[in-house]
Amino acid sequence: MWRFPLIPEQASTMALSVDMLTIFLLIVTAFFSLLIAGLIVFFAVKYRPSNKTVNREGAPDSHLLLEIIWTGIPLAIVIVIFFWGTGVFYQLRTMPADAVQMHVIGKQWMWKIQHPEGQREINALHIPVNKAIQLTMISEDVIHDFSIPAFRVKQDVLPGRYTKLWFQATKVGRYHIFCDQYCGTLHASMIGEVVVMEPKDYAAWISKGAFPTESGASSAQPTPASAGEELFTKMGCSSCHIGTGEGRAPSLVGLYGKKVVLSNKQTVTADDEYLRESILKPAAKVVAGYEPIMPLFQGQLTEENVLELIQYIKSLKGTSDAIAR
Amino acid sequence: MSEAAHDVTLSHQFDDLVQQRESAQLGMWLFLVTEVLFFGGLFMAYSLYRMEYPDAYAECSKLMNMSLGALNTAVLLTSSLTMVLAVMAAEQGRIKALIRWLIVTIGFGGVFLVVKAFEYHHKFVEHLVPGPYFTHEVHNREACQLFFSLYFAMTGLHALHMVIGIGLLSTIAWMASRNKFTPAYNNPVEISGLYWHFVDLVWIFLFPLLYLIGSR
Amino acid sequence: MQSLDNTESYLGSEFNLKSWLLTFDHKRIGILYLLTVTFFFLMGGIGAMLIRLELLTPQADILQAEMYNRTFTLHGVTMVFFFMIPSIPAIFGNFFLPMMIGARDVAFPRLNLTSYYLLLGGGLFALAAILLGGVDTGWTFYTPYSSTYSNSNVILMGLGIFIAGFSSILTGLNFIVTIHKMRAPGMTWFRLPLFVWAHYATAVIQVLGTPVIAITILLLAVERGLHFGIFDPKLGGDPLLFQHLFWFYSHPAVYIMVLPGMGVVSEIIACFSRKKIFGYSFIAASSFAIALLGFFVWGHHLFLSGQSVYAGVVFSFITFLVAIPSAIKVFNWIATLYKGKIYLKTPMLYALGFIGLFTIGGLTGVMLGTLGIDAHVHDTYFIVAHFHYVMVGGTIMAYLAAIHFWWPKMTNRMYPEFFGKLSALLVFVGFNLTFFPQFILGYLGMPRRYHVYPPEFQVLNVFSSAGASILAVGFTLPLFYLLGSLVWGKKAGRNPWGATGLEWQTASPPPTLNFDKTPLVTEEPYEYHGEDMPNE
Repeated sequence: MWRFPLIPEQASTMALSVDMLTIFLLIVTAFFSLLIAGLIVFFAVKYRPSNKTVNREGAPDSHLLLEIIWTGIPLAIVIVIFFWGTGVFYQLRTMPADAVQMHVIGKQWMWKIQHPEGQREINALHIPVNKAIQLTMISEDVIHDFSIPAFRVKQDVLPGRYTKLWFQATKVGRYHIFCDQYCGTLHASMIGEVVVMEPKDYAAWISKGAFPTESGASSAQPTPASAGEELFTKMGCSSCHIGTGEGRAPSLVGLYGKKVVLSNKQTVTADDEYLRESILKPAAKVVAGYEPIMPLFQGQLTEENVLELIQYIKSLKGTSDAIAR
Repeated sequence: MSEAAHDVTLSHQFDDLVQQRESAQLGMWLFLVTEVLFFGGLFMAYSLYRMEYPDAYAECSKLMNMSLGALNTAVLLTSSLTMVLAVMAAEQGRIKALIRWLIVTIGFGGVFLVVKAFEYHHKFVEHLVPGPYFTHEVHNREACQLFFSLYFAMTGLHALHMVIGIGLLSTIAWMASRNKFTPAYNNPVEISGLYWHFVDLVWIFLFPLLYLIGSR
Repeated sequence: MQSLDNTESYLGSEFNLKSWLLTFDHKRIGILYLLTVTFFFLMGGIGAMLIRLELLTPQADILQAEMYNRTFTLHGVTMVFFFMIPSIPAIFGNFFLPMMIGARDVAFPRLNLTSYYLLLGGGLFALAAILLGGVDTGWTFYTPYSSTYSNSNVILMGLGIFIAGFSSILTGLNFIVTIHKMRAPGMTWFRLPLFVWAHYATAVIQVLGTPVIAITILLLAVERGLHFGIFDPKLGGDPLLFQHLFWFYSHPAVYIMVLPGMGVVSEIIACFSRKKIFGYSFIAASSFAIALLGFFVWGHHLFLSGQSVYAGVVFSFITFLVAIPSAIKVFNWIATLYKGKIYLKTPMLYALGFIGLFTIGGLTGVMLGTLGIDAHVHDTYFIVAHFHYVMVGGTIMAYLAAIHFWWPKMTNRMYPEFFGKLSALLVFVGFNLTFFPQFILGYLGMPRRYHVYPPEFQVLNVFSSAGASILAVGFTLPLFYLLGSLVWGKKAGRNPWGATGLEWQTASPPPTLNFDKTPLVTEEPYEYHGEDMPNE
C-alpha cells in the first residue's frame, strides 16, 4: 500500500500536542484562505462587466463597524493561538526533573552522544521507550541544530554554551536525526538515527559496552562521572579544590545547583553553564573570599572532558558550608 | 515657472528657493537619523558586552588616555562653535569670514585626527591591539580584546566620518571662494554644519563610554 | 547631461548612451533599475533552477555539497538584496512617485542617480564574489561559520551587499523628502494615492533598518579579516549577537519587499473594479502599523537559537499583532470588489493572485509565530514555503502586475493581453505546484539547505521541481512579449485603462518634466464611478 504521509510519526509524548496545535492553525488558515479566494471568485463572476443587470448601486467606500469587526475577530483568534502555542512551547522547554541526562556534542559534521552509563555513539541515539531523556548539548565549532521530527523537537546547538532539549519516546522504532542549522559543506550529511527500544532491549544494548554494535561488544568505558573523576585528579584540580574546604579553592561537594556569592557581590546559581565557564575561564566569576589564581584550562580540555568533569562534580553529593568564605 | 528657471541656484525640480532649502534640511536630518542607527549597532554591541563583562571593561577603560580624550572633546566642541560662526557668516553674506571660520573648523578637525593617530600609535606600542599581538597584562584577555575591538571599530568609524567631514568642509570652503553663496542661497553650508555637529555629538557619547568608565 | 526640454518624451529627448548613463531624470533612472534588476532576477533564477534540478533525486547529481551550498547562497543573496529590495520602489517608485504627486522629479535627482550606481556597484562586487567561486554561508551569514570557518568570498560579497544597502537608504531618504516637500498644489496628504503611502512607509523602514545591516556586515568583515572576535565565542564574543543584529534589519526588510507590492495592488484593484478603494485611511494607516510593528518582531527568527524563552514569548506576541494590519488590507481590498465592475485583465489577475497567495503566506507566518509550531518546523522546508508564498506569491506577483499596468504609460505600447493572461496562469499554477508541497515536506521534517535527503521525501520534491519548470516558463514569457511589444505592440495612448491618478493625465510616454504645467489637484483619489473601461 503506497503510503503518503503528511506528518511524521507521532513518537513522543509531545507529538500529539504539537500536531493538534498545527491542525487548529491549518483550519484557521484554510478557512480564511478559502474565504478570501472564494469571495474573489464570487465577486469576479457576479460583478463581471458583461453582467449589466446586477445591482452596483450604493456601495460605500468605508464602514467603521466592518473595520472594527475584521480587526477584532483576527485579533481574538491570534490571542487564542498565542496562549495555546506558548503553552505548548513551555512544555517543550520545561526540563522534567527526573530525566535521564545525556550529552550531545555537535561538530562538523557529526553528532557525538554520551550516555550516563558510559556508552558513546556517533550519529545514533539508542534510548528506552517511555522514559524522559534530557540532552545537554554543545558544539565544538559552528552552530548546529539537533532535530528529531518524529518527536517534534529541535534546538540549536551552540559553541561556547550549553543548550538543552528533552523528550519522551512513546513508540519503539527508528527515527531521523537531522542537523537543522546550516553548518558548512557536509551539513546535509550530518544526519543520524534515534533507536527507541523496549526497556529490556535497551538494557541488553547497554550491557554490550561502550561502542555497542549489532555484532558484538567492545571494550568497557567508564561512565562520564568516573571519567570526570579521573580528569579531576590528572589535571590537578584536586590539589586546590579539597573536599573539606581547606584548600586554596572552594570545595565542590554539594555545589551543583546551589547559589554562589561572587567577589563582585553578585549571586549566581552553580548550573552547567557556570561550571563550564569556571573551568575554562576562571577569572570571569571568582567566588567571594578566594583569590583569582585558578589556571586557564581552555585549550587543554575538550568539550567531552568538560562535560565529564561536570558530571563528576554533580555526583559530589553532600552538604558543604565552605562554598564561600 | 519661467522666472525660477533663470535663477541658477534653483534646481529645476524645485518651485522656489524655500522649497529647496527645506528639502535639503529635511534630507540631511534624515541622513543623520540613518547615521544614528549605523552607530547604534556598535553602541548596542558595546552595551551588551559591557553588561556581560563589567569588571574587564572597567579595567581596560583605565588603559585609555583620558587627558587626550578630554583634549579631543574640547577640540571638537570648539570646532562646533566655529562651525556655527561659519554658518552665521554665510547667512550674513560675509564670505571672507565664512571661509576663515571653515578653515579654523577644518583645522580643529585635523588636530582631532592627529591626537587620535597618536593614541592609536600608543595602543600599538602597548600591545593593546586585538588579535595575536595582544600581549598586554590584563585579567580577562578575551573581554579586554572585545573592549578594544569595539574601541577601534567605534573610534575608527568616527574618525572616518571626521575625514569625510573635513573633505566636505573643504569643498564648501572652495565653493565659498568661488562666490557660490549668498544670504539667499547657502544651503550647503548649513547642512554641512548639521553633519559636523552630528559627528561631534557621536564623540560626546563615545568619550564617556570608552574613557570614563574605569571610574577614578 | 540630459536636456530639460519638455517638448519631447523622456525617451525621445537625447538618445545617446551618455544621456542615459548620466541622467538625472527619475524616469530614465527607473528604466536603468529595470534593466539591472532584471539581470539579477535572471541570475537568481538560474540558481533556483539548479537547486530544483538537483533536488529531483535524493542523491547529489549535478551539484555536490560544496557547489550546492554556494548555489543556494547565490540564489538567496541575489534575490533578496539585488532583486526584491530594489524591485518595485527603485523601478516603479522612482518612475511614478513624482508623477503621482504632481512633481517634476524627486527632491534630489543627483542623489537618485547615485543610488542607482550604488546598486550597480554593489551588484558588481557581488558578481565578482560569485565569479571568484561564490559564498557558501547562506544569505543569512550566521557566525561563527561565516566569520571563522568558511573558505569563501564572504568579505567581497559582504562589501557588495554593504554598498547596495546605501542605495536603498538613499532612495528611501529621497522618497521621504519628495513626499513631504514636492506635492503639487491641492495634493493634500489624504489625496495621495495609496501607492505613495506604501512607499512612504517602506522608505521609513529603509532609512531606519538598513544602516544596522550595514554595520553588522562591517563588523563581520572586521572579525573575519582582522580576527577581532566580536561574534566568535572562542574569543569571548557571542554568535547570537550577530543573529540579533542581522535580523533587526532583515525582518523589517521583508516589509520593504512587500509594502510596495501592497501599494501596487491598491492602485490596480481600484482601477480594475472601476470603484473607489474601500477603507482608504485604514489601508494607509495599516502600512505604517506594519512598518512600526515590523521593527519589533525580529526575535521570531531566534525562537530556537538559545534565546531566552521569555524573549521568545514577547516576540511571538508582537508577531501575531503584525499580522493584523495585513489582514485589514486584505479585507478592504475584497470589499472594494463588492459591487464593482471587475475587469480581469493581466494586471488584475496578478493583483488578485497576490491577495490570495499573500493570505496563505501570511497565515502560515502566523503559524510560524506560534512558538509550539515553530519548535517543530523551524529551519525546514515549511519556512522555505512560507517565505516564497509571501515573496513570490506576494511581491513578485505585484511586481508583474505593476509591469503590465504601467507598461503602456512607460512605453506607449500595449502588451499582448492573451500572452499576459497565459503567463499569469502559468505563474499561478507553477508557483503553487512548486511551493505547496514544500509545506508538507517541512512538516515531515525535511531540513533546509540539504541537497541530499532521505528517499521518502522524493515524491514531493519531484512535484516541486515540476512546478518550478512551469514557473520558469511563466516568468520568462513576459521578457519576450514585453520586448516584442516595443516593436509590434498597439499604441497605448494617454490612458488605456481609464485610470485616475496624475500619471495617467499626461502623455505616454511622459515628457521629460512630466507635465506641461504643474497640476492643480481638486479631486479625491480613486474617483471611479463604475464607468466602463475604455476600448471594451
